[in-house]
Amino acid sequence: MNAMTGNIALDYPQIVAELKAELSRLSHGRFEIGEDTDLLGDLALDSLQVMNLLLEIEDKFDVSIPVNILPDVKTVRDLALQIENLVREK
Amino acid sequence: MALFDKFQGLSAARRELGTLGIDPFAVEIEKILSPTEGIIHGRRTILAGTNNYLGLTFDPDCVKAAQAALAAEGTGTTGSRMANGSYANHRKLEAELAAFYGMRDAIVFSTGYQANLGMLSALAGAGDVVLLDADCHASIYDGCRLSGAEVIRFRHNNPEDLAKRMRRLGARAADTLIVVEGIYSMLGDRAPLKEIVAVKREHGGYLLVDEAHSLGVLGERGRGLVEEQEVLADADFIVGTFSKSLGGAGGFCVSDLPVLDLVRYSSRPYIFTASPSPATIASTRQALIKLAAARDLRARLRANYERLHAGLAGMGYTLGASPSPVIAVVLGDRLEALRFWNRLLQHGVYVNLMLPPATPDGVSLIRCSVSAAHTSEQIDAVCAAFADLRADAGIVAAELGTGT
Repeated sequence: MNAMTGNIALDYPQIVAELKAELSRLSHGRFEIGEDTDLLGDLALDSLQVMNLLLEIEDKFDVSIPVNILPDVKTVRDLALQIENLVREK
Repeated sequence: MALFDKFQGLSAARRELGTLGIDPFAVEIEKILSPTEGIIHGRRTILAGTNNYLGLTFDPDCVKAAQAALAAEGTGTTGSRMANGSYANHRKLEAELAAFYGMRDAIVFSTGYQANLGMLSALAGAGDVVLLDADCHASIYDGCRLSGAEVIRFRHNNPEDLAKRMRRLGARAADTLIVVEGIYSMLGDRAPLKEIVAVKREHGGYLLVDEAHSLGVLGERGRGLVEEQEVLADADFIVGTFSKSLGGAGGFCVSDLPVLDLVRYSSRPYIFTASPSPATIASTRQALIKLAAARDLRARLRANYERLHAGLAGMGYTLGASPSPVIAVVLGDRLEALRFWNRLLQHGVYVNLMLPPATPDGVSLIRCSVSAAHTSEQIDAVCAAFADLRADAGIVAAELGTGT
């Protein structure tokens, strides 16, 4: 296996772009979302919403994201880095 | 951040409840009258949110068995199962549970919560993978956390989504623990167990089914969804509770796998807590005999939940699932649900209020649980209360407008 989704290699900027799009959809476009956006603080997502966010984005990257990563995820950047690692490990 | 700062959000939420004059999370049943009636706020109230599915809490034989054990064996065991807290009757109950399912062995835990905590934390560990249905109960999530295993959720009741995640795991899939429930406690919907078993057969792994809400309720002999869907042999571990259809307190796991006996030596929630009291074990043993034979109670339960479900659906309420003893009425708004819950109580009907994030998809729920002990008059009275509130829906909406 390699770091591919379909035939497209995913890199960090693409992961961030996908995350921003999904979070923008989740928050109904009410917030300007950047890499430093705090999922719980700025977007006021609750723990279940963050877990459901993982379900939504997993298929985009063809990885399963363990919920164990969540204690280490505060910002969009944190989550993007975790996904980048998972995609690399495939 | 100061130590207690984390309570600020809760404190504000409780203040809000105070201004509304409602706290559904601090209800006191001033006097319990029967499995289906109690006194709340000084008023005789129908209890339609107690998970007392077979209504066995006042069963004379169960009460008598508990009284006899209390007199013969004392008020408590004062010790862990692993130390001085395993009496002959604890072991007898385990043998009876194993025989009930036709499995090799059973373990009795002190609560249903601890049964999940104890099994998951013992079965899985660092480096293992647990695949769980996204809507699984908090005790399953907490057990996973205690295990240290990698925890991957799959979409609720979606075997294709489970299969996709199994495929992604590759060779690791064969050692995965898959966790689902028989009847899900929030919406009252059932797992597509046959399809989930098919995924397990294709990819490997072990299946744990939590039958907390389906034990005694589903299946000819009350063995739950595994019996109803004829997949008992494919369930590697079945977890259940004594605190619903068995009318006591405690939990268990049954399995045909020899490893179950070793779980006793590694499960911290089994080892580091006192065992169930002799009275609890005695009433549960008696209740298990009743449950296995209770085809009449199951038929009455089914008639009751179908009557309530049809009544509510006919009034235009949005319900969480097809008929089951757990009937969830979906209300969109948290405040609306709070007020609705309170009005039901004023109408003499106690149900459960379920709010996000405990609920799936951010919905607010009024959750009814039906008992075989409800009379059809009580079911009709619950329906009548809901009917009154439907008529008042406009008033509820107006109050919401001024309250926010």
